[in-house]
Amino acid sequence: MTAEATLDRSLLSKEYRTLTYVTGPLIFVENVHGVAYNEMVAVLMPDGSERSGQVLEVSGTTAVIQVFEGTQGIDVDATRVRFLEEVAKIDVAPELLGRILNGTGKPIDGGAPIIPEKRLDITGSPINPYRRAQPADFIETGISAIDGLNTLVRGQKLPIFSGSGLPANELAAQIIRQARVKSGEEFAIVFGAMGITHREAAYFMSQFETTGALERVVFFLNLADDPTVERLLTPKCALTVAEYLAFEKDLQVLVILSDMTNYCEALREVSTAREEVPGRRGYPGYMYTDLSTIYERAGRIKGQKGSVTQLPILTMPDDDITHPIPDLTGYITEGQIVLSRHLHRRGVFPPIDVLPCLSRLMNLGIGEEKTRDDHRAVANQLYAAYAQGRDLRRLVAIVGEEALSDTDRRYLHFADEFERQIVGQGDVGRSIEDTLGIGWELMSELPMGELKRVRDFIDKYHPSSASGGGEMGDL
Amino acid sequence: MIVGTLSKITGPVVVADGMTGTKMYDVVRVGNAGLMGEVIRLEGELATIQVYEDTSGLLIGEPVESTEGALMLELGPGLLSSIYDGIQRPLPVIADDTGSDFIARGTVASALDRTKTWEFTPVAEVGQQVTGGDVLGTTPEGATVLHRVMVPPKMSGKIAKIVAAGSYTVDDVIAVLDDGAEIKMSQWWPVRYGRPYKRKLDPTTPFMTGMRILDTFFPVALGGNAIIPGGFGTGKTVTQQSLAKWADVDIIVYVGCGERGNEMTEVLAEFPELDDPRTGHKLMDRTVLVANTSNMPVAAREASIYTGVTLAEYYRDMGYNVAMMADSTSRWGEALREVSGRLEEMPGEEGYPAYLATRLASFYERSGRVEALGDGERVGSVTMVGAVSPPGGDMSEPMTQNSLRVTGAFWALDTSLAHRRHFPAISWTKSYTLYLGQVQDWFESKVSDDWRAVRERAMFILQKETELQEIVQLVGPDALPETEKIILEVARMIREDFLQQFAFDAVDAYCPPEKAYWILKTILAFHDAATQAMSRGVSLRQVLQLPSRDEISTLKTTPHDKALERMPELVQQISEQIAGIEVL
Repeated sequence: MTAEATLDRSLLSKEYRTLTYVTGPLIFVENVHGVAYNEMVAVLMPDGSERSGQVLEVSGTTAVIQVFEGTQGIDVDATRVRFLEEVAKIDVAPELLGRILNGTGKPIDGGAPIIPEKRLDITGSPINPYRRAQPADFIETGISAIDGLNTLVRGQKLPIFSGSGLPANELAAQIIRQARVKSGEEFAIVFGAMGITHREAAYFMSQFETTGALERVVFFLNLADDPTVERLLTPKCALTVAEYLAFEKDLQVLVILSDMTNYCEALREVSTAREEVPGRRGYPGYMYTDLSTIYERAGRIKGQKGSVTQLPILTMPDDDITHPIPDLTGYITEGQIVLSRHLHRRGVFPPIDVLPCLSRLMNLGIGEEKTRDDHRAVANQLYAAYAQGRDLRRLVAIVGEEALSDTDRRYLHFADEFERQIVGQGDVGRSIEDTLGIGWELMSELPMGELKRVRDFIDKYHPSSASGGGEMGDL
Repeated sequence: MIVGTLSKITGPVVVADGMTGTKMYDVVRVGNAGLMGEVIRLEGELATIQVYEDTSGLLIGEPVESTEGALMLELGPGLLSSIYDGIQRPLPVIADDTGSDFIARGTVASALDRTKTWEFTPVAEVGQQVTGGDVLGTTPEGATVLHRVMVPPKMSGKIAKIVAAGSYTVDDVIAVLDDGAEIKMSQWWPVRYGRPYKRKLDPTTPFMTGMRILDTFFPVALGGNAIIPGGFGTGKTVTQQSLAKWADVDIIVYVGCGERGNEMTEVLAEFPELDDPRTGHKLMDRTVLVANTSNMPVAAREASIYTGVTLAEYYRDMGYNVAMMADSTSRWGEALREVSGRLEEMPGEEGYPAYLATRLASFYERSGRVEALGDGERVGSVTMVGAVSPPGGDMSEPMTQNSLRVTGAFWALDTSLAHRRHFPAISWTKSYTLYLGQVQDWFESKVSDDWRAVRERAMFILQKETELQEIVQLVGPDALPETEKIILEVARMIREDFLQQFAFDAVDAYCPPEKAYWILKTILAFHDAATQAMSRGVSLRQVLQLPSRDEISTLKTTPHDKALERMPELVQQISEQIAGIEVL
């Protein structure tokens, strides 16, 4: 949006045949003049085909260019490079809804060409923090472990930390299907697929088709066998479209980015090819900044109707939550939903391990008039009781169940039932009232004296509030 | 004027040729768009510059102009209740001027309102000899703070002219010295230099935070510094915001360094609404916010904590107690690392530059309780609380370890406490403070003379609990004798009824030190009575059924006056009730 001013130079497009060096996804072009940082280029292959690239560095008369479609077939002799005199941009129009685009925003569904209403810089600009509006609207995803315990609100960015083989996609599809806000507005979905397999892409397509969601989806598709470096543009294109739909067309936009791990791998690939000083595990030192320019493009703006909510999906390599990708993500996003292999093996769906999960904006979206007055208290009590039950499981493994007190045994049982009933709801949607109701059912199995965090609501919601007092102090 | 040309661009770091004469850390304007940057390396005619704004679209050959001065802040009335980015551009003004919801590049905005007038009352007179730091006059800033207009450091002379009381803008000359030097209500100061003071004083007054675990177990003195390290989701930000709201200081400087946009919005939306428990006005009246979210340019993030501390020092020099919160210093460290990487410097530990420790030390040393320059023996302090976000929650990483060496208190956030929703998730086993000896006298004279003893006993019980838990993990709770089981129960009471504090509860959010002391005292009284009763054969089960035990758990949410009145009685009652239990 802002770079145009600096690009008002000669309209003669410049073509160079001065390629000197090709490495990994990068090419070096010599003797260039008036080349801008981050400028887009067209690489004209010897066979007449064309690829696109972007300037990563200019130093004197040398430009370093990353080629999005890969460098196979490029030579230093016949290949030519044309500088396009603009930074990366994408054509946007309301008609993008219902379309399938490649990783850089070109339609690939064989439909009519898109008549652009605007052409936007995909880097975007940071939202002025002063102009941001505080997220406040509860999004009912129909999933108890999220709605009840880690509530998602409109304008939030809440990633799903998955592991290889865990059903993150199924969970995302279920959220797309069920998510709604109280006012009843439907979400427009912007889906940025980065390096996902054909099978996964087909799964999402069929989900969108069967539920009729397709007409409100913009699908950016960069498959696993598509050029790696192209992935670096995909989330930025997707978010530019999302911001356009939200802040210019007043839509509620839900952005799904899958899989951010593939994006970070691409980032590392380019960084390594540039021979940069590597940071942790070889990822570049600027990965935090780079990720933040993606994740921070979520939120609401004062006086605007639309909003951008992000649900990025990432795969934790070897289920390691301290790996740089989930770690840096967690420091930028407003919480995380963590999937557990342990629960998945036991057939719990969705296998959400609620203990490491968090929604930082939960308090903004719950409570009276938004969900229910006891929501915070119930969530706290369920968390505390489940954590206690999980601790006891470890103990039981050593000393056996006989050594436990009656209260402890009830906690153990509670943890099992919690996983079975609250987390393991299966492929069905559940209203927030149902979620809280089941929560109370489970809590009623515990001695009344243990329910310290819901004390104020016992009379109102406890299933046996009339007779429950008798258990007081039963340890 | 020094004007060079751009010769290399890599992300936020650019190189300009023909910059002879420019100095390290001089501010430059880069390219036709006039992007702001700072010189961070000189090599012959080449100057390497970190640019505070996005460099996309910059061309080789564009001009680079040096302002021949370091990055400066404008200090004067109107800072309070402002919201700045990392290089002191007021965000609301940028939004109004550009009419955009986004921050465009090359935006210039004045830090202080040039048209607003301030009611200036002179206190100095013509003919008076003044030096740097002397107060020339005062002006009320907002409803609660009296802004002292001081002679800028390094200036001195006889006052040749001083204006009469009246309304002036920050650009009006309010005094002229005999050498012709003009003094305005605002002055400039380079952010990377600490403002001078007469001498540093020993910190002896505690920095009251209203958080029981901090005030009682790990207090920090006014003018001290503390770090809060913790993995994501452990509550660093909530703790920092609680401190900002409740800390017993005159001025708050809150730096959101690489923060989440939505969390910054929470601060921006909430602070102007918050009533100030100290003055009855709005908290924002004595707060300056510096907001540089994570997606704003990395170099401005690096500058933002210096901006924060310079603002804090300015109010310290007026004789105020200032608290500066930096959330999070790790984002600043990462900015250093990122820029260092772009400079292709030899990396130190985990890719951080080798000068990380030096930078951290010189930053934290800008805290302190000082006697300010100038007349009137003004004493002010800057207390710093820096959040640290160790990657993977691993405290052995360089940011945490280097910060530990130069700070006086360590408030360690614990992931497992956060998971079980024990908030504030500050670990009582890992945290420590070095200020205990210095603030002990204050507590013993203001709260109670056995304050230290009560604290140590509670700490001992918690320590004992950790040991006993290890045994329980191995052999089960039944293997413990009753006297040790009661320790587990009392430790649990300390954890749940004392340490846990609900930041969103109207009463519990702030706990005065007397109340904290008495809650602990009550729990310990329960322990004493119970141990005594059990020695005469009463069973643990009987002791735990005591009705007073429930009352202890409600103390923290009971209004302070009522609780303070009730607790001495309760202590009495507990021992009577326990003494009255019959042996079965």
